[in-house]
Amino acid sequence: MIHALTFYLFAVVAVASGLMVVTSRNPVHSVLWLILAFFNGAGLFVLMGAEFVAMLVIVVYVGAVAVLFLFVVMMLDINLLGLREGMLKYLPIGAALGVVLVVEIGLLAVDWTFASEAMTLRAAPTPDVAEVSNTEALGNLLYTQYVYLFQVSGLILFVAMIGAIVLTLRVNPNVRRQAISRQISRPKSEVVAVRQVRNREGI
Amino acid sequence: MWEIGLAHYLTVAAILFATGVFGIFANKKNVVIIMMSIELMLLAVTINMVTFSAYLQDMVGQIFTMFILTVAAAEAGIGLAIVVVFFRNRGSIEVEDINSLKG
Repeated sequence: MIHALTFYLFAVVAVASGLMVVTSRNPVHSVLWLILAFFNGAGLFVLMGAEFVAMLVIVVYVGAVAVLFLFVVMMLDINLLGLREGMLKYLPIGAALGVVLVVEIGLLAVDWTFASEAMTLRAAPTPDVAEVSNTEALGNLLYTQYVYLFQVSGLILFVAMIGAIVLTLRVNPNVRRQAISRQISRPKSEVVAVRQVRNREGI
Repeated sequence: MWEIGLAHYLTVAAILFATGVFGIFANKKNVVIIMMSIELMLLAVTINMVTFSAYLQDMVGQIFTMFILTVAAAEAGIGLAIVVVFFRNRGSIEVEDINSLKG
């Protein structure tokens, strides 16, 4: 009962905020609705017993990705007035596609059965939660059997970081930077001049 | 109704995914909202992975969920960098203005 109520709460809020993401007028509001959708998705994960993934979704999606979106949306100067005029033109085809997609996936989900040998084909059965917690079980698997994939995902993030820096870095020739080696290697003759200044006159 | 099973979670994921597809089609003005729709679809896929992981009692689904998160983060970073560079060059991020590759 309480499980069902919590599920419906998270599910309804997630779906509603997902709809608000794509329909709200202001992109900043869209990002905030996206954050709400991620939080409720994380709530669904907790309900399914995947609490580490839930925390990861909050940390990665809300903490990094959504805040990145927020930065970009706030930094770009987008005019809100003309932003919606194409919406009505593309609304019918978008809605039709969405409905078709939901009906197709629904047809699959209604008549779903697992294959009889599915349970024997599992790659890594979940250990008993009373003995090994979710986080520990994930760590046991990730750092042993999937360590190469783990390292490759680190490499992907590294390449993404370098790509983002290369794309957005601007070298501006007008910026005057401090060149310390030039500063300290200047000879005295170049910098200091001794002048005889007469009294009550300038140079 | 009060017995929550596999189908319930899959339905939520399907609706979220369809919302993401709808968002891509409905927003012809703002590239950033299209990228948010992609994030929404990735969230739906993640829900699917975790659902099957929970109902088959198989940890691999959750492992691969983490890899999906990694790729999603990388994709968001690169995509937003491209959007920022495009805005710098053209002064607009409307989809209709992204046509410089048309002959």
